[in-house]
Amino acid sequence: MDDFLAARLQMAFSLGFHIVFACIGMVMPFFMSLAHFYWLKTKNVVYRDVTKAWSKGVAIFFATGAVSGTVLSFELGLLWPKFMEHAGPIFGMPFSLEGTAFFIEAIALGFYLYGWNRINPWFHWATGVVVGISGLLSGILVVAANAWMNSPAGFDYIDGQYLNIDPIKAMFNDAWFSQALHMTVAAFVSTGFAVAGVHALMILRGKNIAFHSKAFKIAAVFGTIAACLQPISGDISAKDVAKRQPAKLAAMEAHFHTERNAPLIIGGIPDTAGKKVDYAIKIPGLLSFMATGDFNGEVKGLDSIPKEDQPPIGVTHYAFQIMVGLGMAMVGLAVLYFIALWKKKQWLSSNWLLKLFVIATPMGFIALEAGWTVTEVGRQPWIIHGVMRTADAVTPMPGIAYSFYLFTAVYISLAVIVSLLLYRQITMVGKLYDSSTKVPKS
Amino acid sequence: MIYVVIIFLWTAILLYILLGGADFGAGIIELFTSKGNKDRTRKTMYEAIGPIWEANHMWLIIAIVILFVGFPKIYTTVSVYLHIPLVCMLLGIIARGTAFVFRNYDAVEDDMQKLYTPIFVYSSLITPFFLGIIAASSVSGRIDLLANDFLSAYVFSWLNWFSIAVGIFTVSICGFLATIFIIGQTDNESDRKHFTRKARRTIFIVMGCGALVFLAAYLEQIPLFNWIFGDTPGLIAIIAASISLVVMFFILERDKPIMLRLLAGFQVSMILFAATYSHFPDIVMLKNGANLSLLTHQGQAKTIDSLAYALLIGSIFILPALFYLIYVFTKRKELPSDH
Repeated sequence: MDDFLAARLQMAFSLGFHIVFACIGMVMPFFMSLAHFYWLKTKNVVYRDVTKAWSKGVAIFFATGAVSGTVLSFELGLLWPKFMEHAGPIFGMPFSLEGTAFFIEAIALGFYLYGWNRINPWFHWATGVVVGISGLLSGILVVAANAWMNSPAGFDYIDGQYLNIDPIKAMFNDAWFSQALHMTVAAFVSTGFAVAGVHALMILRGKNIAFHSKAFKIAAVFGTIAACLQPISGDISAKDVAKRQPAKLAAMEAHFHTERNAPLIIGGIPDTAGKKVDYAIKIPGLLSFMATGDFNGEVKGLDSIPKEDQPPIGVTHYAFQIMVGLGMAMVGLAVLYFIALWKKKQWLSSNWLLKLFVIATPMGFIALEAGWTVTEVGRQPWIIHGVMRTADAVTPMPGIAYSFYLFTAVYISLAVIVSLLLYRQITMVGKLYDSSTKVPKS
Repeated sequence: MIYVVIIFLWTAILLYILLGGADFGAGIIELFTSKGNKDRTRKTMYEAIGPIWEANHMWLIIAIVILFVGFPKIYTTVSVYLHIPLVCMLLGIIARGTAFVFRNYDAVEDDMQKLYTPIFVYSSLITPFFLGIIAASSVSGRIDLLANDFLSAYVFSWLNWFSIAVGIFTVSICGFLATIFIIGQTDNESDRKHFTRKARRTIFIVMGCGALVFLAAYLEQIPLFNWIFGDTPGLIAIIAASISLVVMFFILERDKPIMLRLLAGFQVSMILFAATYSHFPDIVMLKNGANLSLLTHQGQAKTIDSLAYALLIGSIFILPALFYLIYVFTKRKELPSDH
């Protein structure tokens, strides 16, 4: 394996790992705080138990997210020193602010986890909310930094020099809003469905029904509302990408030829040599409409982009299809759930709906990873879109393959241990929270 | 504004050594505690550091962000030539951060605990060891930008007696900070006596390790002696630290935990001050003598200004919250049994 590939894989793995933990650490505090609010209002001990159980999950995910995030801040320099040498001062602003948000989050989490019976109950609850808000802010800020790589701004690139740096302009680059919105909603969708799925499984198994039903409802409502909002933010993103990164959009859609009234391509196998997509469903004009707001709008194809500036088509296309497909499946489930909540209460006590939620458990996270693949692979061969190539940014140190193997092994073992830990948390609910086990099935 | 940024960088590094160091020390002490006392040490340590655990770690992130935003050339030079010790430190950070949480948040106590504990204590040792190596290597003048073979570019840049001695010294400082900190966290007389004895022993170990650093610097021909004793401020810092150490010895037996903590913090700050003052603004010493300076290798003015504002605004939010957190949770008080 050459060093360049190893560095890219290590970065991809580190990010892919961190994103899962960061999202859960960012969204779970909101679930936890809502359950906590119900406990303070209703004094129903089941809510207190749910809050405490979730707070343990938050602690585990926050710690794992924090260390993997620390690793990333070093990896930027360890793997991409040439990039950081120029980009650091330009896109560093969101990172400096993120430091503050993250710090506040860590302090608030300290209060929250250890504050039971030691600080005023409502102050305690508020620290939980602060954990959520500051987590969300740091997520948005980091995504703003990533958006700068897709939409560089706040500097002039003249003769290989990065002049007239304006960090504020760089932070509020053209892509920051659409990317941050899409990512934040995605975090709620994926965490909501994952948490709801786990509790749905426990309800189906007949364990601690009262506890898991309350937990399921909170997570499911958050996840399903977010799932319904996501297509809107997806549409904003698509229009944005079409404008700024036509190569990325063309690769996402495997759209080979520049044309008006371009069809939306669903599924299919891109044939790069033949410049066509086999076995795909094509909806005439829809891609033009999505990209430009006009069914007859022109959408740039891969033929308008020099070969050396084209991203890998296969990976980007498949990742995009996976993201959209799973997203739509979750919207479908969300609609069923809302019908159940408002019109068909009997569905809620039947097992098929819960089974669907169990099946959907990993969907959000798979979609999330696929979405990041689209963003990152779709930007290639650029590390700073249109300015610096990824290949020019890599560290001169040889032997990065070993570093990749090492970190991969570490991340895999961490993933295994965290899964085991969560499994143990969930199976111990009955023993740890006796109060809820005594409540009969309602 | 550049001086605001530099002060924040120095303070972040100092606070990481002080607060993060006390954290690392908790693991180090656990490693060097006899079997009979292990449970008690662990419990006291855990209750003391649990709430501020995550926050302590943030100072490292702040320091790194300041470096890559404000001084990108310095950040990337260190990242390239000290890649290997940085990776070792990161592995330590990952292992330690996760093992601590896994150990305390696992719902079941069984053989898995036997796995987390050694990971926690050994990574507590490894992380500050490599942190010390990285700090020492950046000033020991072994980073060679012209080196064209793997060993001299990426291994001998950090593998030398001086760096190793500083690594050991850093470990001993962490142990020292933790023992002093824990004295204030004990809730009975016998524990206090136990940890006081431990603190006294640790002080001697730190002094021994400090001597080792000077010996290694002499062997490696690094002008450490001149740096520290060569100019008045450095000399004053070292004298002040020595006096405070004597004071500390006298009050170690008396029940003055806050005073002890302040003295320990003062000593470590003085050591860092003496070690960094004389070669300021140089921060990375290169083999060819073209050192990297915080003043000449800073980012463009607008970057430094916005970084300084971000740090100032950030500290308005962070510092009061952090002090309040420490205040609430370091009062000697039994935790309620409800959870």
